Amino acid sequence: MSDLINLTIDGKPVQAAPGTLVINAARQAGIEIPSFCYYDGFTLQAACRMCLVEVEKTPKLQVGCTLPVAEGMVVRTDTPQVHEARKGMVEFLLTNHPLDCPVCDKGGECELQDMTFRYGMGESRFLEQKLHVDEQQWSPVVFYDRPRCILCYRCVRVCDEGMGVKALGVNNRGAVSVIVPNHFDHLQCDECGMCIDICPVGALTSGAYRYKTRPWEMKHVGTICTHCADGCKTTLGVRNNQIIRGNNRDHSGINGEFLCMKGRYAFDFVHSPERLQSPLLRRNGVLEPVSWAEALAAVAGKFKQIQARGGKFAVIGSNHTTNEEDFYLQSFAREVLGTNNIDHRRTGDVATLLHALSGQTDALATTADLYERKAILVIASDLAQQHPFLSYQIRANYRHHGAHIYTLTPGPVREQNYAVRSIITVPGRELADLEALREPLKGEPELVILFGDSIKGEAVGKLVQFGSSLAIPVRYVCLVDYSNSRGASDMGLAPNHGPGYQPVSEPGLAYDEILAAADLDALWVVGANPLKHGTLASAGAFVLVNDMFLTETAQRADVVFPAASAYEKNGTVTNVCGEVQHLKGGLQVMGAKPDLEIIGLIAREMGANVGIWSSDKVFEEIHSGVRGYNIPLPVIATGGAAQTTPVHVRVPVSARPELIQSARDTLFTSGSLGRYSKALNSVLEAPGELYSEKRP
Amino acid sequence: MLYNEPSPLEVKVVTKRFGLPNSASLDTYLATDGFKAFFKAAGMTPEQIIEEVKVSALRGRGGAGFPTGLKWSFVPRTSPKPKYVIVNADESEPGTCKDRLLMENDPHQLIEGILIAGRAVDAHKGYIYIRGEYRYLIEHMDRAIAEAYARGYLGKNIQGTGFDFDVYTHSGAGAYECGEETALLDSIEGKRGIPRMKPPFPAVVGAWQSPTLLNNVETLCAIPAIIRDGGAAFAALGTPKNGGTRMICLSGHVNKPGVYELPVGFNLLRMIYEVGGGLPNGKKLKAVVPGGSSCPLLKADECDIAMDFDTLAKAKSMLGSGGTVILNEDTCMVKFALRIMKFYAHESCGWCIPCREGTAWLKKMLDRFHSGLGQKSDIPLIGELSKNMLGRTFCPLGDAAAMPTIAIVEKFPEDFEAHLNGNPCPYAHANEPAYA
Amino acid sequence: MTFSPELEARFAKLLESYPPGRTRSAVVPMLLYAQDEVGHISTELIEEVARRCKVAPLQVDEVVGYYSMLHRKPLGQHHVQVCTNISCLLRGGEELYEHASQALGVGNKEVTADGQFSLEEVECIGACSWAPAIQVNYDFHHFVTPEKLDRLIAELRKAQ
Repeated sequence: MSDLINLTIDGKPVQAAPGTLVINAARQAGIEIPSFCYYDGFTLQAACRMCLVEVEKTPKLQVGCTLPVAEGMVVRTDTPQVHEARKGMVEFLLTNHPLDCPVCDKGGECELQDMTFRYGMGESRFLEQKLHVDEQQWSPVVFYDRPRCILCYRCVRVCDEGMGVKALGVNNRGAVSVIVPNHFDHLQCDECGMCIDICPVGALTSGAYRYKTRPWEMKHVGTICTHCADGCKTTLGVRNNQIIRGNNRDHSGINGEFLCMKGRYAFDFVHSPERLQSPLLRRNGVLEPVSWAEALAAVAGKFKQIQARGGKFAVIGSNHTTNEEDFYLQSFAREVLGTNNIDHRRTGDVATLLHALSGQTDALATTADLYERKAILVIASDLAQQHPFLSYQIRANYRHHGAHIYTLTPGPVREQNYAVRSIITVPGRELADLEALREPLKGEPELVILFGDSIKGEAVGKLVQFGSSLAIPVRYVCLVDYSNSRGASDMGLAPNHGPGYQPVSEPGLAYDEILAAADLDALWVVGANPLKHGTLASAGAFVLVNDMFLTETAQRADVVFPAASAYEKNGTVTNVCGEVQHLKGGLQVMGAKPDLEIIGLIAREMGANVGIWSSDKVFEEIHSGVRGYNIPLPVIATGGAAQTTPVHVRVPVSARPELIQSARDTLFTSGSLGRYSKALNSVLEAPGELYSEKRP
Repeated sequence: MLYNEPSPLEVKVVTKRFGLPNSASLDTYLATDGFKAFFKAAGMTPEQIIEEVKVSALRGRGGAGFPTGLKWSFVPRTSPKPKYVIVNADESEPGTCKDRLLMENDPHQLIEGILIAGRAVDAHKGYIYIRGEYRYLIEHMDRAIAEAYARGYLGKNIQGTGFDFDVYTHSGAGAYECGEETALLDSIEGKRGIPRMKPPFPAVVGAWQSPTLLNNVETLCAIPAIIRDGGAAFAALGTPKNGGTRMICLSGHVNKPGVYELPVGFNLLRMIYEVGGGLPNGKKLKAVVPGGSSCPLLKADECDIAMDFDTLAKAKSMLGSGGTVILNEDTCMVKFALRIMKFYAHESCGWCIPCREGTAWLKKMLDRFHSGLGQKSDIPLIGELSKNMLGRTFCPLGDAAAMPTIAIVEKFPEDFEAHLNGNPCPYAHANEPAYA
Repeated sequence: MTFSPELEARFAKLLESYPPGRTRSAVVPMLLYAQDEVGHISTELIEEVARRCKVAPLQVDEVVGYYSMLHRKPLGQHHVQVCTNISCLLRGGEELYEHASQALGVGNKEVTADGQFSLEEVECIGACSWAPAIQVNYDFHHFVTPEKLDRLIAELRKAQ
């Protein structure tokens, strides 16, 4: 490693790559150089002056966050002069900063408190009047308290560089400088709250969280967001069985510091007054609350009765339930109910992609690839709206590595702002228009292709052919909508294949065929709302629904079981890139049960055996038996993400690919679930629009 | 035309046309050696031009005193990017009012200086960044520029030399910080005038991401004489390493305030008494701000000193931008320190913590102190807080606020003591009456 | 927004003076020139300048708060700016400011009831050797005394 640079920090010999900043070289050596404005991955500011260090042979203190290491450099961070400088900086900061820590949301998690504790002087010499400006509300979820602001410009940068939104700026100058929103007195933006998370003090606070609790009163539960398919880790702050906050506490997920509005605020559906907390049984045409025992008996009795006369069952699964629940549900359907009439609302053609890639290795992209690979092609998706984390990764890739971005979309998308080529297309014409990109793409060293729901069936195969013809390494992401859409497909919630895409001998009815069949005897809908838009042709069918809410489908049910949300259960989910992650329940809502348990209870009531309904046990079965899921367990167990492997066998391509359709959710909608989130519906931007010309 | 009665002690180089009839017209300019230097430069290589400027020992007249020839040599002439010459006419250092005169009395001298600079760094566009308050000078310069275009001294193939050059004016809108060259660059790009991180230096990455030569008005106005008469002749006017003349803006308690062109290294006491006619009403000298509000003040007994960059640096002060402010014995130094700090607090861009918070705190404290509500511990605190800014801010504005304050506290403790114990300012209403 | 043909011509010239694609450079002068014509910088003007310079309104808004000559509220027809910085201070600049305040009956950055005058205590305006100095709008007045100021105010009033 001769290309490393040798320097000394506080007497310790340190080696660092050329270009490493002194602040980072010190961190690598276990020496903390404090800073407010320095933030990994964003532009340098040198504004807070907390990181001043002594460098031998330079008379003035040097700025550790902008100074690159140099051979033979001698840095000292532990001298009286450096201590004095830090003390002075903290003292300056505290002149106008109100000492309202006892009522500040950030109290206990505040970087200024920590810095004052470690480097400050313990008493105030400031006898003058502090500046005061009233707090401002910029949106239902973002509040700004100017006096607390230390002007580190992290919020401005995360919004501009990180999100590509540029909704925050700086106004005025000198001591009355102030952060301002993009619409004079309010914000119109992604409402992602990244600015709040990144704020080192309590200047930007969350509408959902403010003045609700002290951070140490909460239990912090790291789990996976239950909205879109990107699989971001969100840390739920739970107090007294109530989620008070969603944030990105330790940045340990695949999403690093990223969270969108849904991951941060849209947990609130959990506490919706409309949550079902008791099983419901239809009596005299009316759904009435009944005991679990009564409801289970009714369902088991009905199922056995239909079974006995050889009746026709169908099952519609969910895009949100865990892999274990999906696996268990399809086992139940196929083994107990004896039917392949099982499907879920498919939002992307995963099966055909896996089929087309059969025999290829390294052809499925991870979320990390979107940040690391040298070229990215986005087809038919408005990523910033539909897959905000993937969009964030690509933006970071462009910013940090200068990745070449290409877009081929039916309308304007945020990625266009930094794309080398953008083509506006119409659905169905994508492959033809793609030819215009062939030559530039051939010149790339590698490529990741992300494609949306308009690439399905045969088109997927053609796209893969196109990719192969470029003669460069290409990886793919088949975009799907929801938190476990990918898992639903992998676990075999499909009429023509079982878990791991094992073909079934007699394919059953697909989603729309189930709804259209006039002769169903029983329909079981788990965590889905097919009757939101569709109708059920089998008027006489017995309908069982597991759900959190009395959806259109639940209203048609004969029995409804109150289901637990993803935030109330353990298990695994698989994100859009096939990365498996662990869900960790943070609370319980009285009366609701996880679907796994509900299915297990029904099986027991029927005297059937589908195995033990513990998520760990079912996962063991998935791990050992489902193709692609033989992933390293320690990674999952420790809260990491492990990508499933491709399946190198013939995959039954999607039954009825024309059914595949994205729900076209925006940043502010989330299928049926989104209706029950007050936060999502409260923002000015809701419900949002895909491919919109309007910029924030 | 605004100019004052000249002093016989002046050495007129950049001000030689001041007072001529129609001094601002191109005809006058051409009749008095105008554009001779440009034609000479057209026959020189860029290296030769830069060498001549180096020989002249010309140092930047904006305040920092960086050797001009060296600065010119930093611009990567062979870069494929367009290069720009930007004139810093954001004159706003308190005590300084010379660039205004240069543009008003002799605009074509500045244009010629820009052209030669452009030739030296292979630039073909120049911008004059004029502070917004000098609106009349924007119109005035625009007229001079139009005249130069009309007569073929700007535009394509200037006077058949094959050299193309365009000059534009650009208005500021009230911000001292934009006089800092990198803040000026942000400002000319339409942004808040926040200083930039260095490196890269503007010579390499300046305006619009391109190599940019930034010079003060007076600096560029000296160029035609240097090229015309040779760098050595210019250098000989001053002291070693401090070539040429300096426009000194005498103001404050002096009988003949005005702007005088004096050789660099001219003695300060002679400046006050022989050029400026001494202090009015026979008052005694108390202190001098040698070169604009940022410079540490000199006490009366420190004023027998040569006004060049190096000698003043040795005296722990600075030659700065030539704003020499004379203070008589009746001046309240607390009030003076307060006014300086009020200025810096108002002009701090707010980017970095020590400058933003330090200037605001010191202003409040000095205000309280001057009003008689000071306490003894405030006196060392003023110095300490200033030192907490000194050398620790993003740009020199923090230093500019700290340096004079530290000097005042150290040199005039008795003025601070006199304000203690609720005493009213002993110097109240002692200012000189305004001129009739 | 519509402006006078002179201002439009000025804008056109301004936008041409910067390198291609650098229209943002025109933001500051455009705001100042527009303010001279329309009196102050309104939300509408910010949006108009943003449109003409092809930037987001936020980017213009940020600039307005930064530069001290840009005003969000209307000024008087005659904006009296008294310098009290060091050179003027030594020559009675503060007394002159106090006098102006009394003569006009308004404080710093305030406008007279009839909208004719506004007053501002300003930082150094580059007239140090001719102190104390004031600017009324863009016109400099040097060696100003309270008496001269009174005469000036009276003349400006009469000219109405």
